[in-house]
Amino acid sequence: MQQLVAYTVIGLTTGAIYALASSGLVVTYVTSGVFNIAHGAIGMIAAFSYWQVRFDWGWPAPIALVAILGILCPTLGLAIDRVALRGLAQATEVTRLTATVALMAAFIGTAAWIWPPENRQPFRGFFDGNNVNIFGVNVGWNKIIALIAAIIVALGLRVLLYGTRLGIQMRAVVDDRNLAELNGARPSRIASASWALGASLAGLAGILLAAEVQLNIVPLTLLVINAYAAAIFGRLKSLPLTFIGAMALGLTEAYLLWGQGESWFPKTVSGFSTSGLRQATPTIFLFILLLLLPQAKLRAGAARLRERSVIPQWNTAILGAVVLVVSSIAVTGMLTRSNTIYLVQALIMALAVVSLVPLTGYAGLVSLAPLTFAGIGAVLMSKMPGDGNVLSLIAVVAIVALIGALIALPALRLEGIYLALATGAFALLVSILVFNQGKIFSNGVAEVPPLRIPGVDLSQPRPKAIFLSIAFAIVGLGLVALRRSSLGRRLVAMKDSPLAGATLGMNLVRTKVLAFAISAAIASLAGALDAGKVAPDNYVFDRSLPILLLAIVGGIGSIGGAFFGGMLLGSNAVLASIVPSLSKVTQVMPGLIGLSMGRNPNGASHQVATAFRPVTQHPQSLVIALGGVGALWLLTFLDIISNWGFFAALVVWGLGIVPNLPALANTTGRPRMLCLSIAAAGIGLASFFDDVFDAAPTGGRLLAVIILFVAVGNAIRRVHTPAKPTNKSSPDLVGLVAFTAEELSKSDRDIKVVL
Amino acid sequence: MTASRNVILELRNVSASYDAISVLHDVNITVHGGEVVALLGPNGAGKSTVLKIASALLRPTQGSIRVANHDLTGAPASELARLGVCTIPEGRGIFPNLSVYENLQMAVKKGLTISVIEERAFARFPMLAERRSQLAGTLSGGQQQMLSLARGLATDPVLLMLDEMSMGLAPLVVADLYEQVQTIAAEGVSVLVVEQFARTVLGIADTAVLMSHGRVRFAGNASEVDEATLSGAYLGTQETLN
Amino acid sequence: MTALLEVRSVAVRFGGVMALSGVNLDVQEGTITGLIGPNGAGKTTLFNVICGIRQPTSGVILFDDKEINRIPTQKRSSLGIGRTFQRLELFTTLSVFDNVLVAAELAGVDNPHEVAKEQLLLLGLSNLASTIAGELPTGSARLLEVARALAGHPRLLLLDEPASGLDDAETQQLAQLLRRLKSLSITVLLVEHDMSLIMSVCDQIHVLNLGSVIASGTTDQIQHNPDVIDAYLGAAR
Ligand SMILES: Nc1ncnc2c1ncn2[C@@H]1O[C@H](COP(=O)(O)OP(=O)(O)OP(=O)(O)O)[C@@H](O)[C@H]1O
Ligand SMILES: Nc1ncnc2c1ncn2[C@@H]1O[C@H](COP(=O)(O)OP(=O)(O)O)[C@@H](O)[C@H]1O
Ligand SMILES: [Mg+2]
Ligand SMILES: [Mg+2]
Repeated sequence: MQQLVAYTVIGLTTGAIYALASSGLVVTYVTSGVFNIAHGAIGMIAAFSYWQVRFDWGWPAPIALVAILGILCPTLGLAIDRVALRGLAQATEVTRLTATVALMAAFIGTAAWIWPPENRQPFRGFFDGNNVNIFGVNVGWNKIIALIAAIIVALGLRVLLYGTRLGIQMRAVVDDRNLAELNGARPSRIASASWALGASLAGLAGILLAAEVQLNIVPLTLLVINAYAAAIFGRLKSLPLTFIGAMALGLTEAYLLWGQGESWFPKTVSGFSTSGLRQATPTIFLFILLLLLPQAKLRAGAARLRERSVIPQWNTAILGAVVLVVSSIAVTGMLTRSNTIYLVQALIMALAVVSLVPLTGYAGLVSLAPLTFAGIGAVLMSKMPGDGNVLSLIAVVAIVALIGALIALPALRLEGIYLALATGAFALLVSILVFNQGKIFSNGVAEVPPLRIPGVDLSQPRPKAIFLSIAFAIVGLGLVALRRSSLGRRLVAMKDSPLAGATLGMNLVRTKVLAFAISAAIASLAGALDAGKVAPDNYVFDRSLPILLLAIVGGIGSIGGAFFGGMLLGSNAVLASIVPSLSKVTQVMPGLIGLSMGRNPNGASHQVATAFRPVTQHPQSLVIALGGVGALWLLTFLDIISNWGFFAALVVWGLGIVPNLPALANTTGRPRMLCLSIAAAGIGLASFFDDVFDAAPTGGRLLAVIILFVAVGNAIRRVHTPAKPTNKSSPDLVGLVAFTAEELSKSDRDIKVVL
Repeated sequence: MTASRNVILELRNVSASYDAISVLHDVNITVHGGEVVALLGPNGAGKSTVLKIASALLRPTQGSIRVANHDLTGAPASELARLGVCTIPEGRGIFPNLSVYENLQMAVKKGLTISVIEERAFARFPMLAERRSQLAGTLSGGQQQMLSLARGLATDPVLLMLDEMSMGLAPLVVADLYEQVQTIAAEGVSVLVVEQFARTVLGIADTAVLMSHGRVRFAGNASEVDEATLSGAYLGTQETLN
Repeated sequence: MTALLEVRSVAVRFGGVMALSGVNLDVQEGTITGLIGPNGAGKTTLFNVICGIRQPTSGVILFDDKEINRIPTQKRSSLGIGRTFQRLELFTTLSVFDNVLVAAELAGVDNPHEVAKEQLLLLGLSNLASTIAGELPTGSARLLEVARALAGHPRLLLLDEPASGLDDAETQQLAQLLRRLKSLSITVLLVEHDMSLIMSVCDQIHVLNLGSVIASGTTDQIQHNPDVIDAYLGAAR
């Protein structure tokens, strides 16, 4: 009995923290229309900052709280809204979701950079050491505060959202920004307010949580999964249900904890260990909830998209494939062995990224599990008889496609964000419950045999790289064929309007299952072709997020964009290898790249093409651009700047300055000049003074990071130049033009028109 | 003309474009106090674009917008709304995930409480009263249009701009609406109406502006518009094409 | 003449509201039948029931003398039921041509490209074939919905306010098209608030009010029916 009470209290207080986190999530979703994957990361940043001011700098708790929850978090929320999301107001839910994935990546990277694990000290909760006795159980103040805060917040939010004009305006802005403006509301202020509020709630949950689980970047960030589960219980709408869901989740966890300590609890079930079960509770909870959600109704109202789906042309596709294969042969001839291995990894990533093209790009279904399918592919390949036989590869691909289809079946009932989360839950479940089993990865590794092709040794990096680029080319061409086929059109049609599709005879179930199967099959290649020793860590859920991110950054639906995205992912490792300390910057990179999406939801491939077109048409700029690259290379060659400096400078030069050269030549845009110099200075600072930077105190590092963010953010913001309107006349009067004058006069005679 | 001749809205030499396609060329439109102006023209002529410019949802590439003799070019749409410019956009002018009641609450502004708005809205469209707590997105097409119009008719605007207000409404309702527009105008509200039913609108308008291909082809007294001018504006476009 | 579509005592309830209560009506093969009535009368709801997007609370739908209540939405199109939507449901990121092509392919016609081309020509949309559907002006978008519904060669075409947002010229063109459909013996059920269009093309009209049929008859009978004038037409326009 005593234990029941004890575990119930634990459960309720943990539930309270989940409730705080999840109501923040729901509020952000309801008031901004964005499902904020970075919610946990914001909480994590808040917890670290709180630790910084409270325990490292020794501020009193109330002041620290005000500083973090009242100033830092709202500012952060504001910045997120302004920098990352404003440009995406008209974009699809998927794109906005991905922008928050980018934020998450950026925050995780930033925290690791500012607060390296070495200098962390314990995090203590409020009134640490003082306990209250409830029904004979000692409960820490931190827990009690959490419970009280959760209740107050839940009630307050309900009043705010449904009882106040501000709340109604917030929801109205999500529904229709322009119309809200016509009603006199100020959408940008309102959106900022909702992000500030959401960030503060995330911060509160983060601080309370940190006292329970200590400062740890990834666990704190991913604990948001629990919040997802509770938020889904409230259907991302209802705050009371969310609260109940959070409590139920907290209790389930607590009782499982209790059970696992008892002797009757099975340690294994048919050979599989149950130790991961508690860790997996929220995920299982989430998965079950999602499956219990009522079948998504066919809803009317196709959104007008800013994202375009461009139909790939055969000639460019074939050209691209040939260039890829030829250049991989040429490049691998020059690279060192270790650099070739990096190229191999980048190509593997590219395959994983491209697996999202048919699924997310064409069919508009989001998957947070591409690497899970790759992992299943790798595991199956390692267990297949035949030791790298081509037939076993085919079997593996077929099996994974089937698994993909099976996963799709239950997920079919879901739409948009719910579907995305279901795939995320699946990914987490597989990595916690399956990949962590000794049976699957013995001693934490599996040996994927290289494919056996007569006369080629695919265990060597160079042939492997060439082989992978051929594989990518084939997959790419296959996807071009798919997009141009009737099935491809059907996938896009389903994305645009499932309702219309169904009334025209489309079997939505079959179409979705096909999309998942195709995507899973491609992803499985990324695992099955990755010969060598692989660890379950390669395929964890949080690694799938950057994959989705870069797929969208590259331009979802574009195969070239996917390749670009894979290369970017792979290049991180290269950068990190050149200068090890650079790894900190590379952690932030995907995030920063993702944030640039706010400027162009059509993706980077489109953006880069648009950005460089003026350069190629402006000879002076072209000369200056190439000259700049030459000069940088020379500086490196003469050892005036380090390799690291070369890379950083090249990025700033190539992506930040070169696209602006024609504009700079033509305008007197002083602000543009200014911001570019700041950007250059910011990255330069971080790059050249790397060693100094590492030695600097936390405050100094913080300052440098802020400068870098502001600088890069500014550069990204200003780089985009809107196209000048041309004087093309508006489209014709369709009806009249298409009919001959004779037909018209005939119709005049037999119809009495109102006119 | 019963009302004073003070200028409420003036678009001067306005040109506008969507991305790279320019759709309005040097448009001049003036609306005086208490005047009903009918903006007519075939689909694609740019009527809705004119309304977007006039409500500041779209910035003109050239020219200026003046409201009551203040230059408001570049001001946010919310500011115009606060000044009393009420625009009922074409199509779905409602918040689908808000209830009918909450939709009306969005129209609350200084000096006007929700109870007054509700009272007026439900008096004009009794059908909405029964659906007060229904989500607006699940209303029938016509009911949604009524809800959208209720905002304009219940909030004492200075200038009311109606884009295709009769779209999806039953004939009885439309006839009634035209009467209400006239009543409102008689109370001193200026009205800019865009409609497909040219004849009917001309019946209640003081001034007519005919557009095609992004240009104003005729602007003048509504009673001067005869069949020939009308079909000239509608069909004449074909000549300019050929 | 036989009834292609028979609606038998169909009722639909949304929570406490009866959107349809005991609706009975027939649509004769080869005719253009109008379905009119005040806002919120239940016209769109009836369309949704006919094409399977919503299950009726009670009642049956007979198509070609067979009950189709249990047939899922996507199979009804292969029976020959096509429709357009009051609120446009185009495939906004596909081109105009691909919109129609997808429909033709889904219907499994022999030469979808030819069929798509034909439909675009029929609706005067051929010069817009490569435009992205999401960027069409209202009028053309409405016509594209019709073209797309026609690509599957339906026997029964349900049109939900196809003329709303069309200008006079476009409405004329639509009227002309409707007559052409009739000569191709495609049956049309037409919901519309534009009375001049309804009266000029319909053979038969059903009037819904508050979820029940209050009158059925020819254009003449309907125009002079006092109940209809009271509930819907007003002083006839
Ligand atoms: N999902 C829903 N929940 C509640 N009520 C609904 C729902 N859908 C429709 N209704 C109600 O059912 C009634 C019939 O709606 P329907 O859309 O069929 O009308 P309609 O005849 O097409 O009207 P209109 O001419 O305005 O388009 C309306 O009163 C509407 O408010
Ligand atoms: N959001 C938009 N993007 C691109 N073009 C548009 C957009 N809205 C309207 N247009 C184009 O601008 C022109 C004028 O449209 P609009 O103002 O809606 O005309 P009207 O209201 O007179 O029918 C048309 O050619 C239309 O295709
Ligand atoms: Mg318009
Ligand atoms: Mg309807």
